[in-house]
Amino acid sequence: MLIKKAADIPSSEITPKTLYLNRRKFIGGAALAGAAVATGAGLSELIFPVPVHADAKIDGIQKSQFSTTEAVTPYKDVTNYNNYYEFSTDKYEPAGLAKNFKTRPWKVKIDGLVSKKQELDVDAIIKMATPEERIYRHRCVEGWSIVVPWVGFSLSELIKRAQPLGKAKFVEFTTILDPSQMPGQRGNVLDWPYVEGLRMDEATHPLALLCFGMYGEVLPNQDGAPLRIVVPWKYGFKSAKAIVRIRFTDSQPINTWNRAAPNEYGFYSNVNPHVDHPRWSQAKERRLGEFFKRPTLMFNGYDQVASLYSGMDLKKYF
Amino acid sequence: MIRWFKPVVFLACLGPLARLGWKGYHQALGANPIEVITHSTGDWTLIFLLVTLAITPIRKLTRQLWLIRFRRMFGLFAFFYVVLHFLTYIWLDKFFDVHEMLADIAKRKFITVGFTAFLLLIPLAVTSTSGWIRRLGGKRWSRLHQLIYLSAVLGVIHYWWLVKKDVHKPLEYAIVLSVLLGYRVLVWGFPKLTANRTRTLSGEHIESPQW
Repeated sequence: MLIKKAADIPSSEITPKTLYLNRRKFIGGAALAGAAVATGAGLSELIFPVPVHADAKIDGIQKSQFSTTEAVTPYKDVTNYNNYYEFSTDKYEPAGLAKNFKTRPWKVKIDGLVSKKQELDVDAIIKMATPEERIYRHRCVEGWSIVVPWVGFSLSELIKRAQPLGKAKFVEFTTILDPSQMPGQRGNVLDWPYVEGLRMDEATHPLALLCFGMYGEVLPNQDGAPLRIVVPWKYGFKSAKAIVRIRFTDSQPINTWNRAAPNEYGFYSNVNPHVDHPRWSQAKERRLGEFFKRPTLMFNGYDQVASLYSGMDLKKYF
Repeated sequence: MIRWFKPVVFLACLGPLARLGWKGYHQALGANPIEVITHSTGDWTLIFLLVTLAITPIRKLTRQLWLIRFRRMFGLFAFFYVVLHFLTYIWLDKFFDVHEMLADIAKRKFITVGFTAFLLLIPLAVTSTSGWIRRLGGKRWSRLHQLIYLSAVLGVIHYWWLVKKDVHKPLEYAIVLSVLLGYRVLVWGFPKLTANRTRTLSGEHIESPQW
């Protein structure tokens, strides 16, 4: 069987849809060795549907010094392999189930310890600062990783406009609760709505991203549209999706996975190859598209955040 | 009839592997092919274990005695898929790193029970031949092959401990397994209730291993 090696994935995978589809046709045609190309593509697409691109390009995206030069994971993998329990616990299902998820109109409530509680329209938030492309490594707690060209700006841009009070020590993010649109929320696999949190200094670190796009386009629904955070030095579940509420608080929020299994998922959940999950090792990871596993890096390779945790026992505060 | 039916069932049992191979060849195993292969071979191991365990109850309840002729094949297919599952683990997950594997087996409960479940199936596969049944004698052979109960229980626990939160799939296996083992507990605990049946079907384990 064919498993793609890193070398087979051109960094130019941040390609427009047309080119990307041509590539698929090529693969389909080659696989069937001269059989009807259309049939080949049709068959493999039956098994593995190509997601509908949001197709809305985001204008004026600036490059970022925080971007990695590592090969970007193909769009089809990032949009078809999703941990999004609000839709399904199956990674391949959110792509289909989120297809008609309504991301407009969308309000985000900003409350808690702020000088002015308010409700902002997501489009007003998106216009707060210049969009940047941040190509980040993304490491799931399950042991796989991807490289994603997110689009957004530093979360601190929003936080400073929210004017948190001096007492505010933590920020809590809440995902939308809407079982009518999110079939996973009709079950009780997790306590809904999904809640995540960051310490204030983590949330205002320039790497912490407020995200509304990827691959130069509007964020696909299954990847957290219309608004999510991306915290690249932490395990993926810390990066809350479809956010409707940002609350500033003086006490540490109880994040959903921590509530579900406190001995397995901590509040911090920094990527750390030396602290294993109780049930599996975190020393290595499988980068999607690569055959061999690669070693996992401390803070997912984002050493610049190390100072946030100086003096802390990261085995205790996992 | 059975002579004709058996190769068909045999080929059908290879279906899951063929499907994986076909999808792999067409790069249709999704974003994380190795995970799909691992999960699929694990699933089919459990399915074949349960099918194997279902033969006796179904045969006795429906009095379709011929079903027994398929039990060995299903059992060996369970073993076939667990070998593939194990190979996926040592090759595609651990890359033959013995040190890492030993650490895994010692440290991680779900690997420990999964590995144990696999080991328990080896003597069953080895002694699945008619020659071994003769050598061991029907009674001792049956005793030995009761290891499948333990192996199946450990297999389901292995799956249960592996999932992050959503246990509905391992729960499905657990329920089916409970029914299948529950039947045996009933037969064993209330022989009077089932006496009629057992008497009429007594001694059949001697006929059972024959193809």
